[in-house]
Amino acid sequence: MPIQYYIYFCLTLFSIGIIGVLTRRNAIIVFMCVELMLNAVNLLLVAFSKMHHGAALAANPHTAVGIEGQLFVFFIMVVAAAEVSVGLAIIVMMYRNTHSVDINFLNRLKN
Amino acid sequence: MNAIIVSAILGVVMMFSGMFTKHKSTITLTAIAALFILLGANLLNSYGIFSIQVNTHELLYFNKLGLYFNTILIAATLIFVLLSGREIENVGINTAEYYALIFFVLCGTTILTSFNGLLMLFLGIEIMSIPLYILTGAEKRNLKSNEASLKYFLMGAFSTGIMLMGIALLYGATGSFALSGQSVLPPSVGIPGASFLQAGGLILLFVSMCFKVSAAPFHFWTPDVYDGAPTVFTSFMATIVKAAGFFAFIKVFDANAALLGPSWKILLSIVIIATLFVGNITAVFQRSIKRMLAYSSIAQAGFMLFALYSYNDMAYQGILLYTVAYCLATIGFFAVLMKVKDYTFDGLNGLAAASPVLAFAATVFLLSLAGIPLTAGFFAKYYMLASVVKAGGALWIVIAAVLFAAVSVYYYFKVIQSMYFKEGQPELNEISTGFKVGVLLLAAGIITIGVLPSIVLNWLYF
Repeated sequence: MPIQYYIYFCLTLFSIGIIGVLTRRNAIIVFMCVELMLNAVNLLLVAFSKMHHGAALAANPHTAVGIEGQLFVFFIMVVAAAEVSVGLAIIVMMYRNTHSVDINFLNRLKN
Repeated sequence: MNAIIVSAILGVVMMFSGMFTKHKSTITLTAIAALFILLGANLLNSYGIFSIQVNTHELLYFNKLGLYFNTILIAATLIFVLLSGREIENVGINTAEYYALIFFVLCGTTILTSFNGLLMLFLGIEIMSIPLYILTGAEKRNLKSNEASLKYFLMGAFSTGIMLMGIALLYGATGSFALSGQSVLPPSVGIPGASFLQAGGLILLFVSMCFKVSAAPFHFWTPDVYDGAPTVFTSFMATIVKAAGFFAFIKVFDANAALLGPSWKILLSIVIIATLFVGNITAVFQRSIKRMLAYSSIAQAGFMLFALYSYNDMAYQGILLYTVAYCLATIGFFAVLMKVKDYTFDGLNGLAAASPVLAFAATVFLLSLAGIPLTAGFFAKYYMLASVVKAGGALWIVIAAVLFAAVSVYYYFKVIQSMYFKEGQPELNEISTGFKVGVLLLAAGIITIGVLPSIVLNWLYF
């Protein structure tokens, strides 16, 4: 499959994530949209990595060019997991105080 | 390498120190000792006396500038803990954990001063940010602190997503995560639209870094987060963390300077002017001093962005001097502000009569933030503007910056006015003699750097 398909697909997923972050008001759903953005990036990195590695192999059968993209994906997953644990803890903390996870509550800070 | 390993270990040590002692002051003393150890480890590395050798496969790269910047950040943290340790103890019951998180943040800032690729940039930013989300929400029962924490977290995660997309696009175009943006692919492999991918990637990276250092138009989270967080952690966030973010920002785009065309300078000057405008003009209308300082930190970010505009040796000296001047003055002023119970301008009325030492020190800090000559802030701003002139940049942007600095004098002097020229009885917390000596020493340091800026810069060369 041509790489363009992957690029368009990942950009679509990424845009859905961005639109969700900007329009939804539920903190959990906003958070899921952020995760969707990260997963779009993961998919794109793997696709690029496969493409670069395949192309580099054709030129030199012993090359390692192009595999670091897949390594990066693992780092993103680990960091995303760390972020989830902190983020959900923050959301639970807020729920205990306000009994709601609606981020419209955040506007109170402005006054 | 020393500072990364030592700060991570000391973070764990601080975490366990809470199990062995229930005295908060003992924990603070441990933290101060640990910071001295960290500072010493980094200095040993800087002068090549002893450094832990780890083969990082060129993921990290240590040079004199990065190590020196690191020394500045650790020293600023040390001053912060010495002056405000009592306030950290008062935030909540988990004092040991707060210090542990501060050490983990320092581990992240160390990576940000030494990264040599986009992977380490990403990891450094995350290691720095995630503990900060927790510190922002440290006051668990306080609704404002909760909201600030959630807002900071959502904004931080969102901008991380944007940054990762930028990195992925750059990787697609070049086949490597190297900073320089040179393609490592064999010339026979051409990916269609590679230059387009690269441009898009750089723009997304720029946007996410603007989020992190709160440059306009991506600054909107800053006032709310800085206002809602416990004041002592606001002081930490607005200085050390922000400076590290700037260093990373400059390092990334300095490496890509060859790729960036003339339209880059136009984009950057728009961002600089917008940041200066939003920060300074909005700060004028604030009633709470804490919120005014949040906006003023946006305005100071506008000045630091000048180092990004002009890549030359003077810009690097400028960012060093600016970091020192801005960190010292802001940490000092926040330390004084935390001794007052009411954070509005009226809350400081008559401070000069109630506590002349605090009022004098606060005046020096404010003068330095405003950039009045004979304080460190003057030379910091001077170096920034001079670097733009030296790089042959547009003169109008320098003139605009000076005009905005004049606006900033208004709101800084409003605080001095309420301290000295208004009658009132400010409600003060308990002030120890050691604290008074500390702020006076800090004020003396700021004036010394203001007279002789070379005492900061010379360390870079020997």
